[in-house]
Amino acid sequence: MSEKTRPEDLHKESDADARVKGAVPEGESEPDAETKPEMLTGSEPGVSSADVQATTGGTEVVAAEPTPEVLATRKGMFGVTGTGDTSGFGGLTRTIEFPSPSSPPFGGWWDSVYERMAELVPSYSDVITKVVIHRGEITFHVAREHLTELVQHLRDDAYLRFEFCSSVSGVHYPADSGQELHAVYHLQSMTHNRRIRLEVSAPDSDPHIPSVVATYPTADWHERETYDMFGIVFDGHPALTRILMPDDWPGHPQRKDYPLGGVPVEYKGATIPPPEQRRTYS
Amino acid sequence: MTTTVGDMPPGAEANEPQEDVYGVGGEEAEGHVYTVTGQDWDQLVSEHAERGDERIVVNMGPQHPSTHGVLRLILEMEGESITEARCGIGYLHTGIEKNMEFRNWTQGVTFCTRMDYLSPLFSETTYCLGVERLLDIEDQIPEKAKVIRVMLMELNRISSHLVCIATGGMEIGALTVMTIGFREREKVLDVFELITGLRMNHGYIRPGGVAQDLPKGALKKVRELIGWMKKHLPEYAAFCNENPIFKGRLCDVGYLDLAGCMALGITGPPLRSTGFDWDLRKKQPYCDYETYDFEVQTWDTPDAYGRFRIRLNEMWESLKIIEQCVERLEKMQGDPIMVRDAKIAWPAQLSIGADGLGNSNEHIKHIMGESMEALIHHFKLVTEGFRVPPGQAYVPVESPRGELGAHVVSDGGTRPFRAHFRDPSFTNLQAMPAMCEGSMVSDVVVAVASLDPVMGGVDR
Repeated sequence: MSEKTRPEDLHKESDADARVKGAVPEGESEPDAETKPEMLTGSEPGVSSADVQATTGGTEVVAAEPTPEVLATRKGMFGVTGTGDTSGFGGLTRTIEFPSPSSPPFGGWWDSVYERMAELVPSYSDVITKVVIHRGEITFHVAREHLTELVQHLRDDAYLRFEFCSSVSGVHYPADSGQELHAVYHLQSMTHNRRIRLEVSAPDSDPHIPSVVATYPTADWHERETYDMFGIVFDGHPALTRILMPDDWPGHPQRKDYPLGGVPVEYKGATIPPPEQRRTYS
Repeated sequence: MTTTVGDMPPGAEANEPQEDVYGVGGEEAEGHVYTVTGQDWDQLVSEHAERGDERIVVNMGPQHPSTHGVLRLILEMEGESITEARCGIGYLHTGIEKNMEFRNWTQGVTFCTRMDYLSPLFSETTYCLGVERLLDIEDQIPEKAKVIRVMLMELNRISSHLVCIATGGMEIGALTVMTIGFREREKVLDVFELITGLRMNHGYIRPGGVAQDLPKGALKKVRELIGWMKKHLPEYAAFCNENPIFKGRLCDVGYLDLAGCMALGITGPPLRSTGFDWDLRKKQPYCDYETYDFEVQTWDTPDAYGRFRIRLNEMWESLKIIEQCVERLEKMQGDPIMVRDAKIAWPAQLSIGADGLGNSNEHIKHIMGESMEALIHHFKLVTEGFRVPPGQAYVPVESPRGELGAHVVSDGGTRPFRAHFRDPSFTNLQAMPAMCEGSMVSDVVVAVASLDPVMGGVDR
């Protein structure tokens, strides 16, 4: 992968080596080595390919060093702590790493989407903090203050046209300090038959993420559910109330610090603890 | 059913505060609340005979036979027309997604199959496809497992559409459609029982393949079912398609055009009734759907009638796919149904012994008498489970109700770090106000039925 890639090169050919193994853009066949990325997307109304080339001239795409995101370091094998481990596995140390970020060129239509976003959003590197390609799916990590502006472009631009928001869900990473709460958006372009994922994070101490309901009305209930389950406050949502839990429920059940609950089950004198207290092998 | 009116009726005590039964507790109700318990309608009406104001807020549900499960509809009405409508959901929330985080990856199937209880095999499939993508074993799934998955999903599509048509018919008084609908569904469930062991809550599709090979006589039974369906499916068309009462209740009711569908995230038959042929089986094929010959059904009127016709036609298309599956499966006798990787595949298949269903004698003999390693391996895999590399995946499938997807996140452990289901019922139900406001209260029932929400999937 080249350290720095001139944007005009990205339009000319896809770099086969730079592509992640098994990473074929969903919904399209693997591009031919000679196929230019812009040809894969078919006809795109309104904007001609030449216009795009002209406007990319000034944009600088800097390739970031791929640094894997370490989630946790785990010891041992059997989920036991505090007792003598006679198995010999006690000294085992494993580092849990999330897929490392990718840098352009990504291959296929991913590049054209990435570049088009860069053209539409000023100070692009502040908006998209990270791009992760893993198992054929692309994830754009978006800075929360720019989310509403970006999704507006994603929906309305003829080149992007992600007119359909499949879902919004939350994930709570207690170990990811400073950005514990993540909201994950799955966007679908029915026009181009492409799927992308946006990931926005917020710290536990300030759990605010702007709402996308103005752009995707379907996010209404999804954001309410994410608020209900994680306590992420979606600023600008028309009526952010609980949706699945009762209105007066304390806490947000899907957070990792919220207990599952349950009672021990007794059978023939033996007691089986509730699932939450059983041994975890993770 | 609780009815709220804006002002006090003439006879009511003006200063008597009433508690809001749906409030947090101790909250005062806005206006006067009547609890209607049945057979007291005349009394209620006579109390209101003097009043000119027709504005009334009706809580329809959550226990109401026409709301497709525990769905609460809050309808503000002027006379009999709906001026504002809202949904109240969450009555069936059971924390399935949270529970999955405390079981291993294979056990997750047992939970997600309980979400949308009318199409359990779709939840299982989308979850397993997500896990398989994270495991990077998508291209190692045996051919036979994929064909079995497709066959079961299409059978499930038929049984789910049958319930939709049957209950939808019942709610507008077409009781024969209900009785024949459940009759046919029972035949499909018999096949499920034969293949998976259960009528619902199957837990049959597992990460890596399926739990069991097809039992003896399963394909014969499926062939019989196809014959039965071909004979009886035309009855629905004969009962409903040109029935003037049926058309009178369904045509132009629950109207939602393409722009509305896009904005509200509606998929499935409601989207296809706008004429847009969006079907993930064709657009983003999974489980080798691109190798099957079938058509995507669309309709040109985006109303309840169009959705009914699409469901009817889709059942025929499903039959076409099932026939192709049976043909393929007949040539696959004895083929594997689980990935080869012994670190993922469940170590044993069940068999019926003298004391009922259990591990096969061969396997017990092997692990207890022949190989210590096999015993350890069996024990580790069943109690601890397998580890899934960190990352996230989303592989949606086309369920009978629309796009169903599982957002699966792994932290490298033996349990899902997070599994979130994008359930089409949940999303589609958001269209209820858009479909119902301005219509009559009787049309609400039809409009909701045309969305076919399953509350188990909505509330999870």
